[in-house]
Amino acid sequence: MTMLAKRIIPCLDVRDGKVTKGVRFLKNVDVGDPVAMARYYYNEGADEIVFYDITASNERRGIMLDVVRAVAREIFIPFSVGGGLRTLEDMRAVLLAGAEKVSIDSGAVRNPALISEGARAFGSQCVVLSMQVKKTGARADVPTGYEVVIDGGRRPTGRDALAWSLDGERLGAGELCINSIDRDGTKLGYDLEITRRISEAVSIPVIASGGAGEPAHLRDAFTAGLADAAIVASIVHYGEHPIPALKSYLKRNGVEIRDAVTVDLAPP
Amino acid sequence: MIAIVDYKAGNLTSVQRALEFLGHQSEITDRPERIVAADRVILPGVGAAGATMENLRALGLVEVLRDGVARAGKPFLGICIGIQVLLDRSEEDDADCLGIIAGRVARYPRSIDGRPLKVPQIGWNRVRQTRPHRVFAGVPDNTHFYFVNSYYPIPDDPSMAIAASDYGIPFTAAVARDNVLATQFHLEKSGAAGLKLLDNFCRLK
Repeated sequence: MTMLAKRIIPCLDVRDGKVTKGVRFLKNVDVGDPVAMARYYYNEGADEIVFYDITASNERRGIMLDVVRAVAREIFIPFSVGGGLRTLEDMRAVLLAGAEKVSIDSGAVRNPALISEGARAFGSQCVVLSMQVKKTGARADVPTGYEVVIDGGRRPTGRDALAWSLDGERLGAGELCINSIDRDGTKLGYDLEITRRISEAVSIPVIASGGAGEPAHLRDAFTAGLADAAIVASIVHYGEHPIPALKSYLKRNGVEIRDAVTVDLAPP
Repeated sequence: MIAIVDYKAGNLTSVQRALEFLGHQSEITDRPERIVAADRVILPGVGAAGATMENLRALGLVEVLRDGVARAGKPFLGICIGIQVLLDRSEEDDADCLGIIAGRVARYPRSIDGRPLKVPQIGWNRVRQTRPHRVFAGVPDNTHFYFVNSYYPIPDDPSMAIAASDYGIPFTAAVARDNVLATQFHLEKSGAAGLKLLDNFCRLK
């Protein structure tokens, strides 16, 4: 059957061109520098990297494009950029700067055509529909009991997470990232229920996000949660569980992962 | 100089950045005379077969790639859509392609034994080196490479394949014939192993 490796995707929050939270363990790495951090995780065996731009002011958003350009010169795995992308032009700028994918979230809820227009302009494989989901209990407009929320979780949308996932797929999203706002920062593990329900219902890859604190949480996301990839943040940023250790744990537990390879590149 | 063929689609700059990182000079161009004059030619890509062929035709590059590059013995590398358009036909858009390597391009099945198959394939898959080739020098067998594809090549002559992978079904992941080489996976997004293959191509005599 399919042998695709389950992807481990470190997420870096970037504000005004600097990595903001939680990364503080590394020797000889400027933990505030997103390029240095991306290089570090690339060399550690990350399968992909996500940058989440939390720059507040619009006039400073160009700084992120400089970061993307610098990362693209030395990181040769896919990386995506999310946070504050509202228009096709926002998406185009990030892709032209060298990102492989864009991650759209609140912008897509406000304007679902952003998904279809992005897919048409750049290809579905470039468009990751990311959503913050909150467990609210089942009700008429939210039959799964998981509601999509926006603006950092402050604003409910009345949309069901599963229905929005199916809409996103139909509109042309290439992947879905399901971030549990309840689990985010808790280290209690991913929300397996909603991850699995969405993964079973769609035919595009599903990325689990929010809650990883232990290696077993990744195993559970990939097995019980049926996730194709998992976002990691504090579990790797604090140095307790480096990516190679996570990967050897997953491999011991029968999860297909990408092995590290040693390749000698000849000097130019 | 390496010519990266600009056919108004696809992610051309990522291939150029990888070449830069490796210390190889390249030029993104759609001009036939620049492509014919280059030492090597790369046709990279993300895109659909129909649109790619339309653009290559509109730019007058079909004969250039067939005669000025492939038949002329110039080292050629196709990546992703760049392997698919090498064959005669693609199921995608029912497109007539370059016909540099005999065969066709098919879509992955939607399900295998009743279980749905996620298409496109997006992610890292193991690549088996089925026939020794210098482009794999220094790269272990069964290394993972990064794929993004809904379609896969089926060369008429199975001995054209130099690598295979499995996604629901076994499929050809790379082909080679004389000076023509192509991979379904993205060398420029496959970490150190991808860079090594790209570097090996740039050094092929």
